[in-house]
Amino acid sequence: MSLAELICPAGTPAALRTAVDAGADAVYCGFQDATNARNFPGLNFTPEELAEAVGYAHANGTKVLLALNTYPPAGKVDLWRQAADAGARMGVDAFIVADMGVADYIARTHPDVRLHLSVQAAASSPEAIRYYCENFGVRRVVLPRILTIPEIRQLRTEIPCEIETFIFGNHGLMVEGRCSLTNYLTGQSTNMDGVCSPASDVDYTRHGDGSMSSQLAGFTIDRFAPDEKAGYPTICKGRYTAPHRSEGYYAFEEPVSLNLSRLLPELIEAGVHAFKIEGRQRSKSYVRNVVSAFRTAVDDIRAGRQPDMADLVALTEGQKQTQGAFETKKWR
Amino acid sequence: MSITTTPSAPIRPGERPMARLACLAVQPILSRVVRRIADRHPSLFARLGPHRETDFLIDPLELPFALHLRPDPQALVFRAVPREAAPRAGATIRGRFLLLLELIDAEEDGDAAFFSRDLEVSGDTEAVVRLRNALDDMDGSLAEETAAMLGPPGRAILARLRRAYLTDAKGHESA
Amino acid sequence: MAVIPMTKLTLGPIAYHWSAETRRDFYACVADEAPVDEVYLGEVICSKRAPFHEADLPATIERLERAGKTVILSTLAEVMLKRERKATADLAAMDAAEIEINNAAGLFARGKRPHRIGPFMNAYNEATIAWMAGQGATHVCLPSEMPAPAIAAAARAARDLGLGVEVQVFGRASLAVSARCYHARAHGRTKDNCQFVCEDDPDGMPLRTRDDRPILRVNGIQTQSESYVDLLPETGRLMADGVTHLRLMPQEVDMVAVATLFREALDGKLSVQEADARLAALSGEADLSNGFYHGAAGYRRIAMAAPT
Repeated sequence: MSLAELICPAGTPAALRTAVDAGADAVYCGFQDATNARNFPGLNFTPEELAEAVGYAHANGTKVLLALNTYPPAGKVDLWRQAADAGARMGVDAFIVADMGVADYIARTHPDVRLHLSVQAAASSPEAIRYYCENFGVRRVVLPRILTIPEIRQLRTEIPCEIETFIFGNHGLMVEGRCSLTNYLTGQSTNMDGVCSPASDVDYTRHGDGSMSSQLAGFTIDRFAPDEKAGYPTICKGRYTAPHRSEGYYAFEEPVSLNLSRLLPELIEAGVHAFKIEGRQRSKSYVRNVVSAFRTAVDDIRAGRQPDMADLVALTEGQKQTQGAFETKKWR
Repeated sequence: MSITTTPSAPIRPGERPMARLACLAVQPILSRVVRRIADRHPSLFARLGPHRETDFLIDPLELPFALHLRPDPQALVFRAVPREAAPRAGATIRGRFLLLLELIDAEEDGDAAFFSRDLEVSGDTEAVVRLRNALDDMDGSLAEETAAMLGPPGRAILARLRRAYLTDAKGHESA
Repeated sequence: MAVIPMTKLTLGPIAYHWSAETRRDFYACVADEAPVDEVYLGEVICSKRAPFHEADLPATIERLERAGKTVILSTLAEVMLKRERKATADLAAMDAAEIEINNAAGLFARGKRPHRIGPFMNAYNEATIAWMAGQGATHVCLPSEMPAPAIAAAARAARDLGLGVEVQVFGRASLAVSARCYHARAHGRTKDNCQFVCEDDPDGMPLRTRDDRPILRVNGIQTQSESYVDLLPETGRLMADGVTHLRLMPQEVDMVAVATLFREALDGKLSVQEADARLAALSGEADLSNGFYHGAAGYRRIAMAAPT
């Protein structure tokens, strides 16, 4: 049986301490710049904050994984190199990378620090994963949320590294690291700037009939009836019309949340080494609740006890949830 | 289960003088609260970035006044203002008082409640996101901290507010 | 000063599920009339479509080569299923043809044998391009969302390493790919049961906002820009910055005419203003955009600076 490490999000130093206290085996975080894919206003760590956070985590036996998982545009690679150097100095336990140039730099310059392959690298086949393992010494792959459990079980036998899967949180639809939707509407790039539906381009407009529109850079991403709950305007979770769908439909995905709590035992049995909880942009109360609940569940499974699934399912109570591609190929 | 509220409640007779009185009454507390937070959590201002100079209007629906916040460490403003005398704000956050308090304390999740109908955000969305993230980086509970400053009566008021809110929220859920 | 070789025009792989007959006619036309130097063939988007036109591939290659075009075979952008892994490995194993790789699985299979790097490979910077060159890459197509300064820096690095550098200058930009088929979803189906509804939309399925503004195009698992990228006015700067190949993506317009406009503008036979005006007319209702190049929102059309 695999160790089933719990990998938890930390958007701020307070969230990091919360995750550590709630029993995270590892936390993942990033600097306050384009070097990571959650470059959101007011979020993330200054170098001083990260150094202190690493101290706190290590004192409590928790690992720190530094996300350097965006793609530097030509001419700006130094920012990513400096971030890697800073992380190595602070003693982070692993770098999470996507770009081959960044991976190559770290493999040569900081060979003692583990490399994890970010979901942003979109490695979804044994061959792609082995490419990164053999060339950059990648020790763990974060799998795209598109494989079924039997496919993961099979994959495990064909690759030389550990597997990390998302188990909870925001449910990405597009192949990560290959999405320019935000840049198309706003001029800020997910891959190069770490930005997705930036708040600076978000507007809500209330209409005379009580309905409300959510807009990104002036494009209406969704429109909500007076009694409907409004959502944040992420392009891939909006409603549009198409020639066969004049009523306005979720062309890509309903706004659902991934929750694989029911599949935990199966995932462990399939050989998944680490479970990732999404949500560096979420509040520390989210971190506290979700991490504690999964901590208890994973400990129960490790000890051979039946975990209390009700607690985990309740985490998304009121919100739609899905097991996504993990459960069935029909999701595709 | 969404709570439908009228965003701008009509002004009731006698509300204006009452609002002014209420503002006068709470102002000393507000000043103490904000000074103390600023002293104890200096990193908050760094997270606000350029929005240290943004005027935020926090509009708790059931209170007789709104709150004007300008989180500039050089010239900190946090004051109660009658709604009709509110300044032009860069960002406005409007909702039920305890929901606002819970958001500040990150009891509620930003993504979920922040942009739902329960809360209405207008103006500069980035300013609001920054403010939320900055507040979320504070350890402990801002509400508890404030209540503690006011001593036992403060804690009692907070507990009562929470009970009232929970009962109310449940009522809405079953509707 | 290095001698700048003549800029080549290329025709990218057909992104849509055009019928075998349409494809045959299209490439016959390209072979006879289109002033493009290089043509990319093969299914890049959906492995389920490949069987429909694979059989014609040898004849198409032969036809294009006879017309003096260089033919490059492109691999799938997304590789997950057995058939996709096999298709990628088979293509990578070919000796004669030039291949363009769009997924790391292809890089793995190709090893250090020569190959081109496709636009889905995320070759955003000089470090990555240098790594790829060391592994046998001879040519790199940059991601379509890259802004001009990054293109210039990447092109300089690639040229120094002896690589060809390509940028898409016409056609819808690829904005996203997914494991899910959005064409099937629009028709209440799943990918495994899609019945190839994407064939009904040879220029992509239009999505409009709920206030009826065109926004995106769906092409199976791919999401594309509503606008056609048009960098015709920027070709001078692209060439000066070291870009060696300009890519035209096949759309449902007169592609021979599109290629001819670009060629004539490149050769100075037609003013850029005139060529661009004709391109707008050719593109019909599609909006033209160059926002990505100018570091602005991709859908935007940034006006040409007045000639100095």
